[in-house]
Amino acid sequence: MRILRRLLLMVLIIWIAASINFLMPRLSDRNPVEEMIAASMGESGGTMEGIEEAVADFERRFGMDQPLWIQYLNTIYDALVFDLGISISYFPDRVIDLVLQAFPWTMGIMLTTTLLAFAIGTPLGALTVWPHAPPWLNIVVPIVMVLAAIPFYLIGLILIYVFATQLGWLPTGKGYSSGLLPEWSWAFAQNVLTHALLPSLSILLASIGIWALSMRGMMVTVQGEDYMVFAKAKGLKTSRRFWRYGVRNAIAPQITALVLTLANVVTGAILVERVFSYPGLGSLLYQAILLNDYYLIFGCVYILVLTVGVSLMLLDLIYPLIDPRIRSNVID
Amino acid sequence: MVDTPLHETHQDWGTSARQWRTVAAYLKRNPSLVVGLIMLLVLAAIAVGGQLFIDYKDASPLSNRPSLPPGADYPLGTDKFGRDLLAILVYGTFLTGKVGLVAGFIGVAIGAVFGFLAGFFRGRVDMIISLVTDVLLTIPPLLVLVVIATNIPGKLDTNQMAIIISLLAWRQPTRQIRAQVLIMREAGYVKTARLGGTSQMGIVFKELMPNLIPYLMASLVLAVATAMLASVGLEALGLGPQNEPTLGMTVYWVMLEGAFTTGLWWWWLTPLIALITLFVGLYLVSAGLDELANPRTRRRRT
Repeated sequence: MRILRRLLLMVLIIWIAASINFLMPRLSDRNPVEEMIAASMGESGGTMEGIEEAVADFERRFGMDQPLWIQYLNTIYDALVFDLGISISYFPDRVIDLVLQAFPWTMGIMLTTTLLAFAIGTPLGALTVWPHAPPWLNIVVPIVMVLAAIPFYLIGLILIYVFATQLGWLPTGKGYSSGLLPEWSWAFAQNVLTHALLPSLSILLASIGIWALSMRGMMVTVQGEDYMVFAKAKGLKTSRRFWRYGVRNAIAPQITALVLTLANVVTGAILVERVFSYPGLGSLLYQAILLNDYYLIFGCVYILVLTVGVSLMLLDLIYPLIDPRIRSNVID
Repeated sequence: MVDTPLHETHQDWGTSARQWRTVAAYLKRNPSLVVGLIMLLVLAAIAVGGQLFIDYKDASPLSNRPSLPPGADYPLGTDKFGRDLLAILVYGTFLTGKVGLVAGFIGVAIGAVFGFLAGFFRGRVDMIISLVTDVLLTIPPLLVLVVIATNIPGKLDTNQMAIIISLLAWRQPTRQIRAQVLIMREAGYVKTARLGGTSQMGIVFKELMPNLIPYLMASLVLAVATAMLASVGLEALGLGPQNEPTLGMTVYWVMLEGAFTTGLWWWWLTPLIALITLFVGLYLVSAGLDELANPRTRRRRT
């Protein structure tokens, strides 16, 4: 049932996204095709003569002269099969190819940092309200929580200045050194990793606190439960009480929090990419905005929204493993 | 007992002096609220008070000598385009604050209505509102805003920015207020009022509304913070008011012109400090208000 509902939600998201893609350009006065042709004609030094013919020709090719409802159905069908049109600024590259090229960069950095931040932040948050917490926590946790209030990319700006510009330890941006060609070699992998370090660190620093904060709230509630008192009375080891009794019971809502904040993490990662000119979807989106490439903008947005949707679905699949109470409720 | 209107009974606060002492004692126990409020008040004083001394023109390009480091004439320096960074601090903070406040207020207003309708009347209304809110909550807001902002013809200004952002700013308030109304409609005092024969409208306006105000405040702080986050994010991506010196636009120019590699550290330091103060201040206030509203999250002292 839960999975079915999630699937339905996905369909709903795709439908909404496709509808927005259909509606927005038609509601506004802007005509991306005309703007593009005008721009490219201006660049090549041509006159504006014949632009209308060129626009009409393009609109025929993009199917804009058909009845509205056919256009609408086409848009939805195209969204379903990932046919997102042709990029205007990278003409004649297809939007989906450009997006797929950038996708692994974004996913690589997002997955690692999100999982790491979750793995560090959750126990940290649980420890803050644990009576036997080590004293260094009182310094680290407030810092981490305040950092969580700052957008990722602003932290990125500071990191660039300190570690790249001033100290020169790490590169200021890009996915790999400009002289290199992507290849499967140790040297290249090392290069990619050094370039990924600062962007990852800025996401990590700013998101550990998010998990710590929500875990702290849950842990407070769990600590008041009878079984915690019972575990202590039984004389169980502190570490066992902390992990098996405390964290284990407090972590389920944490997964829900993970689900809900995922959308924010994606947003933050896009802007971090922009700051570091990292070759992922965020930078592609920025380029598309800069060049006013509507199809590419929508393509990036669409894939990112779908990514969040699919991740939510996967998390829902994992959820029963973490919280057995859900498993027993499956029938109803 | 039934004869006395219930909402009047819990207005017995005692003398104002005692009230102040209670507030002071509480604030002592809630340092994050105090520190957050101070940070925001300092920023507000700069943004509003500074306008008396500094001309808006100084925050526009070509109004001063460009790329000057902080010195006697320009305490915070000037940027590559000749904007005085002190003027950017004053007017940028003001404009960014304005966008956040306007969008946050609209968001909470819409959210209060939706949340109230859903929580109080339940049934089909609740189903539709909850479904739409839940679906929209899973979509990264900035992405939708990017698509909308791209399609706005002409140059954006801060008022349009505020309206665009408020289009999605109601999602969280709707959820929070719905949850609160759900709890409150089953609360003892509402049941008592109902038994006492108070009309439906009477319950809404005399019992629920006054008690909802603290939660609306907490929602507002969060909504303003989220709206500012969205506005600065949109601006940093280049989808902001190109002609207005908001903090986010300044970050955009800094990145576009590579202020890091050209050594103009004062260009990014000012907006960065202002933004960090803003976000951390809002976070601390919201954490403080949360502690006030949900004593359960208070840290246990063992």
